[in-house]
Amino acid sequence: MTTLVIAEHDNTELKPVTLNTLAAAAAIGNEITVLVAGSNCQAVAAQAAQAAGVAKVLVAEDGAYEHQLAENVSALVTELGGGYSHILFPATGNGKNIAPRVAAGLDVNQISEIISVESADTFTRPIYAGNAIATVQSEDAIKVITVRATGFDAVAAEGGSGAVDSIGSAHDIGSSRHVEDKLAVSDRPELTAASVVISGGRGMGNGENFALLDGIADKLGAAVGASRAAVDAGFVPNDMQVGQTGKIVAPNLYIAVGISGAIQHLAGMKDSKVIVAINKDEDAPIFQVADYGLVADLFETLPQLEAAL
Amino acid sequence: MKVLVAVKRVIDYNVRVRVKSDNTDVDLANTKMAINPFCEIAVEEAVRLKEKGVATEVVVVSIGDKACQEQLRTSLALGADRAIQVEVNGAMDPLSIAKLLNKVVEKEQPGLILLGKQAIDSDNNQTGQMLAALAGLPQATFASEVVIDGDKATVTREIDGGLQTLELSLPAVVTTDLRLNEPRYASLPNIMKAKRKPLEVISAEDLGVSVTAKLKTLRVDNPPSRSAGIKVDSVEQLIDKLKNEAKVL
Repeated sequence: MTTLVIAEHDNTELKPVTLNTLAAAAAIGNEITVLVAGSNCQAVAAQAAQAAGVAKVLVAEDGAYEHQLAENVSALVTELGGGYSHILFPATGNGKNIAPRVAAGLDVNQISEIISVESADTFTRPIYAGNAIATVQSEDAIKVITVRATGFDAVAAEGGSGAVDSIGSAHDIGSSRHVEDKLAVSDRPELTAASVVISGGRGMGNGENFALLDGIADKLGAAVGASRAAVDAGFVPNDMQVGQTGKIVAPNLYIAVGISGAIQHLAGMKDSKVIVAINKDEDAPIFQVADYGLVADLFETLPQLEAAL
Repeated sequence: MKVLVAVKRVIDYNVRVRVKSDNTDVDLANTKMAINPFCEIAVEEAVRLKEKGVATEVVVVSIGDKACQEQLRTSLALGADRAIQVEVNGAMDPLSIAKLLNKVVEKEQPGLILLGKQAIDSDNNQTGQMLAALAGLPQATFASEVVIDGDKATVTREIDGGLQTLELSLPAVVTTDLRLNEPRYASLPNIMKAKRKPLEVISAEDLGVSVTAKLKTLRVDNPPSRSAGIKVDSVEQLIDKLKNEAKVL
């Protein structure tokens, strides 16, 4: 019995979320093989081989896998998948795009965004935007799963000694073509990987005022996020959104500024270790989940906070 | 080009769900139901394609019991031309839904299939991708822009860290993200007109799909609750607490 973990990477670097997914694989208990599908991605395979608990790394290099096109990568994983008891993807944009396609190809269900492993066939997952937690059991021979990173502490990135095998299997379905990626350029950590996140809501007033968060983020090494209300109001782009329909984060410290605390937003951050809320409305629901609340005008508070750090 | 849109009846997004006391499910008795918000965006996109002259016909399909006809009528009021209800009883897993939709795709032969990226009840985010796999079609999930040009679709997708543009050969499956469009409100005349638009009911057996549930929900619990902490009076006190009490600075 072996579990296959699909690595998240950009062809040069293994993304940390893979380590959380490996933790879920370790909880299932089988031997672990990692698949690195990409283009010129041997460096990623070498990193994956060092992760704790990895017995083997399969690396499939082909131009068809460079941009993780769902048609091509799912064809590869579906071809390999019959030999495994579990196939785990990180619940990232990529994982969520590809995993269901693999499951359908193998004629099995997929279990989305698990947050715990109860046994080899039983898992828990949030439903209704995290307002309920379902315990689900799969009778399928192969369990195809996406893993929500915040549910599992990452395994060590080093210390493992997996064997790396190249596999020659190329699938170029040809029905889709990558045109371009437009990625936000930032020196700050990624939202889902940051240990500190500071987010702004509708109370920020406009997009320019998010600069007030930037100074604090730079001092704390934090990522900057936003509520859906701030995104919908056009203050900031959607990839900054924390919430049910955006990113799910669980940093050590989450600072919510001018965010009322709609359920939608709480679903994306309530597993943070320490939550700070700054809001001038003392009845804002965000204070019901905050460890430390400061009822104050954010335009006075933020410069003070930046100066004090 | 014919556009097929799949829609799901779900709890209204404004309703606060409660877990049943016997922990078998959430309590949906007497709650307000609505079309899944992402599905509504898919309907809107299809109707806009028709208004631009790109689509010739918009067909909406829903899988469920008789109650989902309400959401089909809503879709017709938004501008869809006709509706199909695939009659089943009880909740179904996404793989079974995708198999049924695949049969509808075979029957209808649409040039484009639009679905919401996920339903706000089960939060699975699977059906569109599964349908694409079963139908052997290319997919673009989490779309924020869809441009049709001849037999190609250029789709901008929301990905981690930004946007990605893909070009797909049609027919293709596209799932919608929030920012694709803002759905219109149905006008009263259109709601009246929708009542006379065709709505066909077919059974899962008619489609030759037998479904067995291999994924069982054992129980449903409330999430661990988080209790409110303390209020601080000043930035100084906040920093002191974060440094010395929470030890996160």
